[in-house]
Amino acid sequence: MSKDNFTILKSTAVPLPVENIDTDQIIPARFLKATTREGFGDNLFCDWRFDGNNNPIKEFALNNAAYSGKILVAGKNFGCGSSREHAAWAIYDYGFRVVVSSFFADIFKNNALNNAVLPVVVSDKFLQSLLSSIQQKPKTEVTVDLLNQQISFDGQAEQFEINAYKKECLINGYDDIDYLLSLNKEIREFDLAH
Amino acid sequence: MSEQKPKTIFEKIWDAHVVKRAEGYPDALFIDRHYIHEVTSPQAFDGLRKRGIKVFNVNRTTATADHNVPTKDQHLPIKEALSRHQVETLRKNCKEFGVELYDLGHPFQGIVHIIGPELGLTQPGMTMVCGDSHTSTHGAFGSVAFGIGTSEVEQVLATQCILQYKPKTMKIEINGKLGKGVVSKDIILYIISKISASGATGFFVEYTGDAIRSLSMEARMTICNMSIEMGARGGLIAPDETTFNYIKGRRFAPQGEAFDKAVAKWKQLPSDAGAAYDVVLKYDAADIEPMITYGTNPGMGMKVTDRIPTVEELKELSEQASFKKSLDYMGLEPGSPLMGKAVDYVFIGSCTNARIEDLRLVASIVKGKKKADNVEVWVIPGSKQVEEQALKEGLNKVFEDAGFELRSPGCSACLGMNEDKVPPGKYCISTSNRNFEGRQGPKSRTFLASPLSAAVAAITGKVTDVREFI
Ligand code: SF4
Repeated sequence: MSKDNFTILKSTAVPLPVENIDTDQIIPARFLKATTREGFGDNLFCDWRFDGNNNPIKEFALNNAAYSGKILVAGKNFGCGSSREHAAWAIYDYGFRVVVSSFFADIFKNNALNNAVLPVVVSDKFLQSLLSSIQQKPKTEVTVDLLNQQISFDGQAEQFEINAYKKECLINGYDDIDYLLSLNKEIREFDLAH
Repeated sequence: MSEQKPKTIFEKIWDAHVVKRAEGYPDALFIDRHYIHEVTSPQAFDGLRKRGIKVFNVNRTTATADHNVPTKDQHLPIKEALSRHQVETLRKNCKEFGVELYDLGHPFQGIVHIIGPELGLTQPGMTMVCGDSHTSTHGAFGSVAFGIGTSEVEQVLATQCILQYKPKTMKIEINGKLGKGVVSKDIILYIISKISASGATGFFVEYTGDAIRSLSMEARMTICNMSIEMGARGGLIAPDETTFNYIKGRRFAPQGEAFDKAVAKWKQLPSDAGAAYDVVLKYDAADIEPMITYGTNPGMGMKVTDRIPTVEELKELSEQASFKKSLDYMGLEPGSPLMGKAVDYVFIGSCTNARIEDLRLVASIVKGKKKADNVEVWVIPGSKQVEEQALKEGLNKVFEDAGFELRSPGCSACLGMNEDKVPPGKYCISTSNRNFEGRQGPKSRTFLASPLSAAVAAITGKVTDVREFI
């Protein structure tokens, strides 16, 4: 789905120093009953955000007024588990445009990129230092520069990898289907030959 | 030169399906078969409508309702409004776009990864996708099958292609003879416990070795099913006589002469001698024992007779916090054993272990016995056809006598989208594939294990070593 164009983002960030955050935590299955893409942000991390009576759990980062911003910083192996794209929709719908981690699960990474959420892979060391900076100074501004593939804060910077094609898509706000539709004739021929 | 290079089965299938390869772009990969279900397809159909396009080839698309369906009273309208709406939306979309749907009540309905193989739709050498990560199940037939997100479902509906980078390859070889009470679920839980829940991320796995060769098709599916639980894009097993015999005569399989021709082609698929893999791992089947998970990702598994590791035993410091959080959630102590731990629920179901052989395994243990008073036991067959067969063999009688509840097909408590949920704080020994926090219901606690281990736990009411029973 083509969405907004992405070039550079400067924002404060929300720390979530937990490893192996799976898509069932990002958006529990019971919320997957909707037939549209919108509205999932309300239930992002629902079981960590709210207690059994639907009251916000104070200690959880998303409920902590000190933290805000369009960047989520999470522990390694973020987005493992189910292929539900709802996880990426929930993150987008809540307002995040970037997730930073030292490792992403494959399907989540694709889903994020398909929904204008940029997964930024950083080294473990950079991640730990970013997390502790935010925790000590919640107003830390983080800059994610897609054009130059660089993430920086407080004088620290690191380059990140992104595939050239996906980068182009994000910058221009177009998507895979636009490209595949342009191959229609070749695909038809292939289909007939199989 | 490149013609001569020995190839893995994965590379053969992948390369044969590339419609277009362009520098800097991912491959446009043609998809032979696309399975869809009610949860991850509605937004994709909406996308088609918005673009004003049709489904590229409806003959390559098959739909069923499984994730969000009740497992009781399936003949009645679905009670829960949102679930009903989702299933009705699937009906409407399939009708509008001309896609074949095996709806509730249809004799072919069932969990998508169970019905594809049993109908003969899944065949060697194919590329297959579905908006569900356990699509890797179909790899058991020697096909390249993987889970995708909804935007990709839309891509495939619209163009029968998907844009993908070719993953790296990993070979996991298991040789030797499996011990008593050890089944394919234990093999895969063992592998994941060795390489962790992210150990195969970025790879497509091929399982080989005589321990794998000796398995039935259904047992092979259990292994490929859980490939995603170690992060792999998919997992496959080269086809052999076992595969061909399983497919022969199935409804949508090639018939007669066409079948023989297909087999001749399928025989070309196995990896060439000398084909290179990015990573090769080897295990000895004799080292594998009945397994169980104790934590909140499938990598947190151990031999059922082991004890949970202590915090100090963890290899990486950074893991400690997550480990503690996980055990807190599970209400378990580091360093303690699981044997004898009382369970409240037993769930026998899911695309991992709800085929007829799984139900037979369970029945072989419980025949003539009764469940323990402290447990509730749900048996959810994977499909209408599995259910039918179970009735034919009288397994329903065995389950009823034991006090188990045999329900109708669906994903059920594997993901707790319908009303089948494990209540907060309760322990469930489950034949499914995920033990994530809240997976089986908010605050539910899951122990993943084989159908045999689940069956003995149902009888004793606690975590038990199945080898004491057989
Ligand atoms: S049974 Fe569970 S894992 Fe399998 S398709 Fe259904 S929800 Fe997914």
